[in-house]
Amino acid sequence: MFPFSFEWIWDMSHMVFHGGLWYALGIIGLGMTFCILKSVVDTLQGKGGDSHH
Amino acid sequence: MDYALIPEGRKRCPLWQFVLFIAVAGVVLLWGVYAMFLCWIKGLNQTNMNNAYGFALWIWADLAVIALGGGAFFSGFLKYIVGKDELKNLINYAVIIGFICYSSALLILAIDIGQPLRGWFIFWHANVHSMLTEVAFCLSVYFAVLTIEFIPLILENRQLDKVPFFHNLSHNMHHIMAVFAATGAFLSFFHQGSLGGVAGVLFGRPFGFREGVLIWPWTFFLFTWSAAACGPCFTILVTKITEAVTRKKLVKDNVIELLAKISGWMLLTYIIAKIIDTWYWAVVTAPEAGFTMMDFYTNNPLYGLWILFLEIVLGGVIPALILITPAGRKNKALLLTAAVLAVIGVCVNRWVMVLQVLAVPVMPFESWFMYSPSWQEVATTILPIAYGAILIAIAHRYLPIFPQEPELNPVEQQAG
Repeated sequence: MFPFSFEWIWDMSHMVFHGGLWYALGIIGLGMTFCILKSVVDTLQGKGGDSHH
Repeated sequence: MDYALIPEGRKRCPLWQFVLFIAVAGVVLLWGVYAMFLCWIKGLNQTNMNNAYGFALWIWADLAVIALGGGAFFSGFLKYIVGKDELKNLINYAVIIGFICYSSALLILAIDIGQPLRGWFIFWHANVHSMLTEVAFCLSVYFAVLTIEFIPLILENRQLDKVPFFHNLSHNMHHIMAVFAATGAFLSFFHQGSLGGVAGVLFGRPFGFREGVLIWPWTFFLFTWSAAACGPCFTILVTKITEAVTRKKLVKDNVIELLAKISGWMLLTYIIAKIIDTWYWAVVTAPEAGFTMMDFYTNNPLYGLWILFLEIVLGGVIPALILITPAGRKNKALLLTAAVLAVIGVCVNRWVMVLQVLAVPVMPFESWFMYSPSWQEVATTILPIAYGAILIAIAHRYLPIFPQEPELNPVEQQAG
């Protein structure tokens, strides 16, 4: 649910519940976006291959 | 083809043995899938749930696997946040076990809600006054976190790792894994707690009701605590089973003993809190509601004081005392016994907080409500075990799950 949904009410419950959800989803989304973009850049720079961690 | 996928420096069983194992587990899996489709196509009349048991075997299984999967978040917390670096040798397996537990929990919920096509309603039309909404949010997002933690391991497969993009992606995900692990610990704290909170806020059911702090009943904290204590025990237990099945040592003793020690102290502190909680409930909370403690353990064919003894003493005090003792942890039989007892203890706790709560009569003119699951409920509850066995078998065969395995089981490089 987003603040522009008709069911939305600006109260503590909605803000805490959905704020927590978006916060977690935001971290996951940003983290994965960073990893994928950096991997694309690294690959284009010729990094990676048969080496191990 | 099969050999080319097996991680270097690791020996695996012949392909026919592996296929046979998958086939046997696959039969059980298909039985569960058949029952699952019966529930979806014909409806929840396939179950023995009724007006007294809106929650039944599935919800117990759900709460139990979520507690047992707690080894993933707590191991991740210990390794990435606290800095227990030795656990890097077990964290991969803890993640896979957590992934299996949480995907199973979501699958069971998808069957339990009756109309899985409306599963997204809980996100879009969320009831923000329900602890179960928070559970649904955290469970789904934490499953996403576990998937993210699992991906780099999959990408370390011998063939996938040769693809530069996958290699880089795995490498980069490892670098920021602490961020995901911290998010996972945050999510787990709340959904484990809220599952306990559901029973604790039932003021109309004095067997489950507990007092607490602010909006959180004590069961909120006890559930999180018990998951952090017993989840690692389940990780240790599954690791030991895997070692027995593969007839190989996969993790060094010091790693297992470290996790067992932390788990033991968590379990000891948890069980002390649980005993205080039970005592306070028995002498204050229940009498204030007009009951004596024995009202909840008599006049019914199943639930007696034995279940309290099983949960608290056999499943709590004894494993805790074994695990906090160096001699207990070093003795393989005792360690295994403690892990099994802790797993039983937390499963019994979830059973009591889900099913015994519903069995107790609410009105003075009512009798105890007893329930036995239908075969469809049993089959769909066993389904995750078969699914877990298959996923573990595939992961163990094709992924480098245990970093210490080559050192502990040196093999001569095969030609191929």
